[in-house]
Amino acid sequence: MYVSTKWLNDYVNIEGIKPEELAEKITRSGIEVDSIIDRSQGMTNVVVGYVKECVKHPEADKLNICQVDVGEETTQIICGAANIAAGQKVIVARVGAVLPGDFKIKKAKLRGEESNGMICSLQELAIEGKLVPKAYAEGIYVLPETAIPGENALPLLGLDDQVLEFDLTPNRSDALSMLGVAYEVGAILSQGIALPKIAYKESTEKAQDLLKLRIDAMKDNPMYVAKVVKNVKIGESPLWLQNRLMAAGVRPHNNVVDITNYVLMEYGQPLHAFDYDRLGTGEIIVRLAEEGEKITTLDDVERTLNAHQLVITNGKEPVAIAGVMGGLNSEVHEGTTTVVIESAYFAPASIRRTSKEVGLRSDASTRFEKGVDPERVIAAAERAAQLISEIAGGEVLAGSVMIDELDKTPERIIVSPDYINNRLGMKISLEEMLSILERLQISTEAVNGQLVIDAPTRRQDLRIKEDIIEEIARMYGYDEIPMTLPVSESIPGGLSPYQAKRRIVRGFLEGAGLVQALTYSLTSKEQAQAFALETAPVTELLMPMSEDRSILRQSLIPHLLEAATYNVARRTDSVALYETGSVFLGEEEDGLPLEVEHVAAVITGKWVDHAWQAETKTVDFFVLKGIVEGMMDSLGLAGGLSFEQTTIEGMHPGRTANIVHNGERIGLIGQIHPTEQKKRDLKNTYAMEMNLKKVLSIETDVLLYVPVPRFPSISRDIALVVASETSAGTLENVIRSAGGKLLKNVKLFDLYEGDNVEDGKKSLAFSLTYADPERTLTDEEVVKAHEKVLNALTTEAGALLRG
Amino acid sequence: MEQQLKELKERALAKIKEASNLKDLNEVRVAYLGKKGPITDLLKGMGKLPAEERPQMGALVNVIRETVTEVLEERLAKLEEKAINEQLAKEAIDVTLPGRPARTGNHHPLTRVVEEIEDFFISMGYEVAEGPEVEKDYYNFEALNLPKGHPARDMQDSFYISEDILLRTHTSPVQARTMEAKGGAPIKIICPGKVYRRDNDDATHSHQFTQIEGLVIGEDIRMSDLKGTLSLFAKKMFGTEREIRLRPSFFPFTEPSVEMDISCFKCGGDGCNVCKKTGWIEILGAGMVHPNVLKMAGYDPAVVSGFAFGMGPERIAMLKYGVEDIRHFYTNDVRFVSQFHRTEA
Ligand SMILES: [Zn+2]
Repeated sequence: MYVSTKWLNDYVNIEGIKPEELAEKITRSGIEVDSIIDRSQGMTNVVVGYVKECVKHPEADKLNICQVDVGEETTQIICGAANIAAGQKVIVARVGAVLPGDFKIKKAKLRGEESNGMICSLQELAIEGKLVPKAYAEGIYVLPETAIPGENALPLLGLDDQVLEFDLTPNRSDALSMLGVAYEVGAILSQGIALPKIAYKESTEKAQDLLKLRIDAMKDNPMYVAKVVKNVKIGESPLWLQNRLMAAGVRPHNNVVDITNYVLMEYGQPLHAFDYDRLGTGEIIVRLAEEGEKITTLDDVERTLNAHQLVITNGKEPVAIAGVMGGLNSEVHEGTTTVVIESAYFAPASIRRTSKEVGLRSDASTRFEKGVDPERVIAAAERAAQLISEIAGGEVLAGSVMIDELDKTPERIIVSPDYINNRLGMKISLEEMLSILERLQISTEAVNGQLVIDAPTRRQDLRIKEDIIEEIARMYGYDEIPMTLPVSESIPGGLSPYQAKRRIVRGFLEGAGLVQALTYSLTSKEQAQAFALETAPVTELLMPMSEDRSILRQSLIPHLLEAATYNVARRTDSVALYETGSVFLGEEEDGLPLEVEHVAAVITGKWVDHAWQAETKTVDFFVLKGIVEGMMDSLGLAGGLSFEQTTIEGMHPGRTANIVHNGERIGLIGQIHPTEQKKRDLKNTYAMEMNLKKVLSIETDVLLYVPVPRFPSISRDIALVVASETSAGTLENVIRSAGGKLLKNVKLFDLYEGDNVEDGKKSLAFSLTYADPERTLTDEEVVKAHEKVLNALTTEAGALLRG
Repeated sequence: MEQQLKELKERALAKIKEASNLKDLNEVRVAYLGKKGPITDLLKGMGKLPAEERPQMGALVNVIRETVTEVLEERLAKLEEKAINEQLAKEAIDVTLPGRPARTGNHHPLTRVVEEIEDFFISMGYEVAEGPEVEKDYYNFEALNLPKGHPARDMQDSFYISEDILLRTHTSPVQARTMEAKGGAPIKIICPGKVYRRDNDDATHSHQFTQIEGLVIGEDIRMSDLKGTLSLFAKKMFGTEREIRLRPSFFPFTEPSVEMDISCFKCGGDGCNVCKKTGWIEILGAGMVHPNVLKMAGYDPAVVSGFAFGMGPERIAMLKYGVEDIRHFYTNDVRFVSQFHRTEA
């Protein structure tokens, strides 16, 4: 909503208040003023000129040499506009003038002819092209004959004005009109407001004699008023009217249409003007459209209607989509002489639905769909009739054609000052509250210490006690509210155990060198289930904005890989990212997908990069595995953790494992399949994903200190040769179960395949540590235990012992 | 004899002085003090001397031996030190060579902001509540006083999964769920999480973003409590100098509704490009919980009241760290995210 301060001053006295100051007051007490537009844009030296003579430039087809009377003198100006002609009053920027954009006008010579200034279009005065009347859209603007040469053109064009741009919240539709704004500003400044005085002569002929009205859809249209004006002369609106419309962001058309728009801006009540003769039937019937019925609207588009959409008809065919847009067939045109002014109340829900379905949002529909003020329906029609008779020379027929079953009873709200004060934490007296409500022109009575309020129909946002609390608070000033803290039973706050553990996981992963990523939940069809730990039916958007963001993901890995690719493409070759986030699986009984929090990581490039000391290491499976092991250990879950070779689509068949905890699969880890890597412009990339929800829900032993050993331990090394496919894990299991309770630790310290080892075999070396917490072990005891281990390795794992 | 001894001593001392390394010095020791050396010889030949001269000469020989030994030890210590110093000089390194990088990752800047906010409210006795990202229309809208067809639904165009299920457009449904679950008991929670809206991604919009909201419900919760809480929060998050101001606003789930500005932390209120010359920066929306919302969750608005507030970690991070484009938070460019590894200020 654009509010011209010049226009606003008609209703409330804001003379002498700086626009910035006014904007600040309005913002602080209820409506945000987004910006202040200075329509003069710092322009100077722009005056009215009279084109005394206009001849073609001998050297240039498109230029005209004009002799222009600019008051003090007559001077020569070259003008390229096609619509320039002798006898016109025009806007002249004189030599030395400054136009918007700091454009300075200088003396010039155009093809040998002197030019002392510029004849201007409205666009050159910073008026948006779409607001300039069509007749002048392609050329200069022509002023009315009454303009006096030499006079400052800015006030004449209403450009000595400051416009406040309101950012209205949906509840304050009352401020979608100049009068609504006036009530608000009046309350802020403790002033009453001056409503427009409506007075006009009526002819003896009655409107009812010319026009019949019937409503067949009372629910969607409970009130309809029509006034008829005869002998109208359609023409250009007076300058003041055009100026105000342009300041409000509306393009002037002709006087009748401009008046309906003016009243819409003034009262917030949309009006429509029909050409009575084009209506043809002397009848208006409001009804629901027939399914498939067609109408060509004012924008020259043929539209097909649905059965629940409200239309205005002439009894035969639609002449307007009610509240949204008029029909071309009944449009007011140059030759119109009799006009029907429609002012109605249409049900907000009906208009909102239709406007959405038709894809048309107009100044009218935005007001109807929020609910117009029932008390202004008649007033707006009369205001329009008055202006048409004044401006377009019309003859207003007596009375109106009207059907009115609209309930206009104001909403009654009863609230006690104590209730208001308790909710605000303040002590405002009853008198002060009454005074605030009076300023807002909200009719209130104090009955037995209670405020009994009849909310004005223009303020549809006032319905409950809390709405009154807001009115009191905002006018009293939020700055006056003291600062306190809730007085309540102290309950300890904090993170849940799950949330606390999630922070530990993040902290561990970051400490281990991974950077936290945050990727999108929505993904493409191809990626939704790629690398998924678990798949289920996908959750798809009804109306995605793009195919790439159409389905909720079931794995975090694809987007982490995308992030890796993004970084590698920007020459960050080594990337280590992790993310915690939800995946979305299938559909639960309540219709929602199961949301499971996962943690995933992707690493590529070098893990250690310290080349000058010959220390570099490329990422591999074991780097990532070590991180998973460390993470599980930090949660007290190292015991029971195992990795089992597996194959997963998109991953290297020989380098992928399930992460298993006590027999339950909790994640996957491995290298991205070389083909997949190539597709994503990656090399040697590893990924893991785990079900974090599951991991963090595993119960762990309480942390209890284990005594530091007081007796020395004894180490024994074993070197052995086994078949290549025998896994280290299998050997370790054999060693551990054979070693008994004296065996405290098993550590692999060498692995070798190649020369000196038979084909299909490999050599491994383990270091075993024996100890007893209670005493020093004897040699015999160790020998005995170790023999058992060696035996088991030979018999159970087919190992050949070396050395 | 005595003269002989004196000369021997002088010669020995001269040799010690001449020795420039440990090897030479050791040769001197062997030559003069060794078992086959002249001093030993002298002591061995003592028997040949007359008995009355023996004690005197014996003492003299011993003195000479001790003197030579002493000087030799001194020299030895010096040469050893020199040898060590030479060795250390050889071991010198170029301390300007790069160190072995200590590998470390860090929080995403949004997690950093969210945790900072969480920690403040936890210290004030709040719990952290979380809820589903795919929500029922009921919790996302209806339970928050946004019935079907409500004009304010236009404000947040949503991603629907079906007629009744959508990606949540704010974290408020967590509040609705918590209220419903608490069955009338007091509440003090904050709800961080991801939310989704039908926006084209550009410098200021993202179809996925984060929110963090707070809710306090109890008997006699007042608007002044909201103001006091938010003021403490602003000082903790943006500096102790920060002032706050409330401006009227509108949210369907609160009444009255306000927006909170803080005095600009860059210019202190004088006006700059961060605060668009106003001296104030809009940080969050808040208000008193709408009675309809309380009613729908089973609270009696005549007895119980509450306040709620909500803010965008992206906006806060953008303001705090001067980030100009919201898309930086979701491209995961390591050169961006890694900058948030260090302490502030
Ligand atoms: Zn500033």
